[in-house]
Amino acid sequence: MSELFDCRDAFVATLEELAEQDPRIVAVVNDSIGSSKLTGFRQRWPERLINVGIAEQTLVGVGAGLANAGLKPFVCAASCFLTGRALEQIKADIVYSQAQVVLCGISSGVAYGELGPTHHSIEDLAWTRVLPGLEIIVPADPVETAAAVRYAYAAEGPVFLRLSRVGVPRLLDQRYRYEPGRAHVLRDGADLTLIACGVMVHRALEAAERLSDLGLEARVLNLPSIAPLDRREIVRAAQQTGAILTLEEHSVRGGMGSAVAEAVVAEAPCRMKLMGFEDFAPTGEANFLLDHVGMSVIGIVDAAQRLVGEPLVAK
Amino acid sequence: MRGTLLTTIVNAKMGHVGGDLSVIDILGTLYFSVLRVDPTDPHAESRDRFVLSKGHCSVALYTTLAYAGFLPIEELASFAAPLSRLNGHPCNRKLPGVETSTGPLGHGLPVATGIAIGGKLSGADWRVFVVVGDGELQEGSNWESMMSAAHQRLDNLTLIVDRNHLQQGDRTSAVTSMEPLAERFAAFGWETHEVDGHDHAALESLLSSPNTSGRPRCLIAATVKGQGVSFIRDRVEWHHKVPSREQLAAALDELEVAS
Ligand SMILES: Cc1ncc(C[n+]2csc(CCOP(=O)(O)OP(=O)(O)O)c2C)c(N)n1
Repeated sequence: MSELFDCRDAFVATLEELAEQDPRIVAVVNDSIGSSKLTGFRQRWPERLINVGIAEQTLVGVGAGLANAGLKPFVCAASCFLTGRALEQIKADIVYSQAQVVLCGISSGVAYGELGPTHHSIEDLAWTRVLPGLEIIVPADPVETAAAVRYAYAAEGPVFLRLSRVGVPRLLDQRYRYEPGRAHVLRDGADLTLIACGVMVHRALEAAERLSDLGLEARVLNLPSIAPLDRREIVRAAQQTGAILTLEEHSVRGGMGSAVAEAVVAEAPCRMKLMGFEDFAPTGEANFLLDHVGMSVIGIVDAAQRLVGEPLVAK
Repeated sequence: MRGTLLTTIVNAKMGHVGGDLSVIDILGTLYFSVLRVDPTDPHAESRDRFVLSKGHCSVALYTTLAYAGFLPIEELASFAAPLSRLNGHPCNRKLPGVETSTGPLGHGLPVATGIAIGGKLSGADWRVFVVVGDGELQEGSNWESMMSAAHQRLDNLTLIVDRNHLQQGDRTSAVTSMEPLAERFAAFGWETHEVDGHDHAALESLLSSPNTSGRPRCLIAATVKGQGVSFIRDRVEWHHKVPSREQLAAALDELEVAS
């Protein structure tokens, strides 16, 4: 098994690198210094770490205010509370007002598996995806995380960075640069396309390998940019492979798969299946939960085979 | 119960040990001397309602519920295990005795306010008790419902603040000061008391005394996070650190000597 990384480490390392060069960078937290891994940041720049307490609505409002005052705020909190509790602040103060803030949703998805559904963040993409003008990035490995932090720092509008803490292997080359609205073909294939983001990307690649042994060649797309969306690459996948299976650590309603389906249905309808969470998840460690809802490598292989084998019109 | 909750946390390798030890005397007093609840009929309409707003301290609640007969004590061993009904945070859809699912801070008081209004509307004589953490009071939703509850004259509602002066990453006074807390509650229209949150008799007498003030009642319970175990007491790093087996043994010895 290859080495696994906690992407929060790449996040803080890059943030500190940038903060060293740019004194305008500040971090804003809701008592979440440890879980955002910002203890070192606080030691180096105590006055640039603003802890508003357990008060997420204020957290986001203060972030917007800091941007207005000419600073570069990275607003960090558990993704479930950041997006859920402060959604209206995100809408009005950040996105509608185009405040240049980086919203960092930490421990997203089911990273807090054992803590239960109140702490799972499998709605955050749906909640944020409806806001026009908010860029949404879901990195898949430490390299992409670092690139996304750099991109978000320099971006002209607000960005939501969805960060996990579930261990993932390194997938991308050090030279990788994040580009908004771009999906990457990690593996080519003509029989179907697996589209994944975040912690599901390496599972998609493993499943593609197994499928290849079984005689099915799957294309694998990494889709870190949920908004804007790479419609061109998605349509190409639909037209060239005729079937799309989406994989996300999120609810099947309103997330990455839904975004892909919207593009597919408008421009190149094809067979599609969305994999993700269909209900509130039970208790358990993140990888256990992903397996439990059918997204083990075997589960993905099985779903892919069925999707390709299905008659177009059900009898 | 302190020993049981520590053992549960060490076995599960997770839990919020500091806050659990801080709140356990309050929960014990409520369940064994105050609340009119029946483990054989947990949904009885006439029951008193209890809401643990600081839901991260679920192990203290599960332990108390187990000792009160709502679940087998052995089941505590399944805390946070795959598919367990003892989630990291309490879930009412899974465990009878839990009134509402908590975990995100700042939800308990608004829900309890609704329960209290409902009690008034239906002319019922049961009462609602809710426990919040002091760090949790930084959530604005608490202050909104404090105004609401006072305006509605909810004398069937009792709020207990677990005033241990620590939150997740720091001392509460270093993040956002709460003082003067008692005066703030009084100014918001609440009948306010200060009490030692580890003194069962004092808690019981206040919690069981009839409320004739026509106002919601608040107990600011002075507590110590990690109470009962010397190396955990009043130390911020023990918010959700898990003791080692050796530390557990030392803690159990210490609790034995104390009792
Ligand atoms: C809305 C929300 N924000 C953040 C958290 C993460 N969190 C869990 S416990 C905690 C600290 C709570 O402090 P306090 O209320 O004082 O509880 P105690 O110290 O008694 O454990 C935080 C920030 C949360 N559960 N909910």
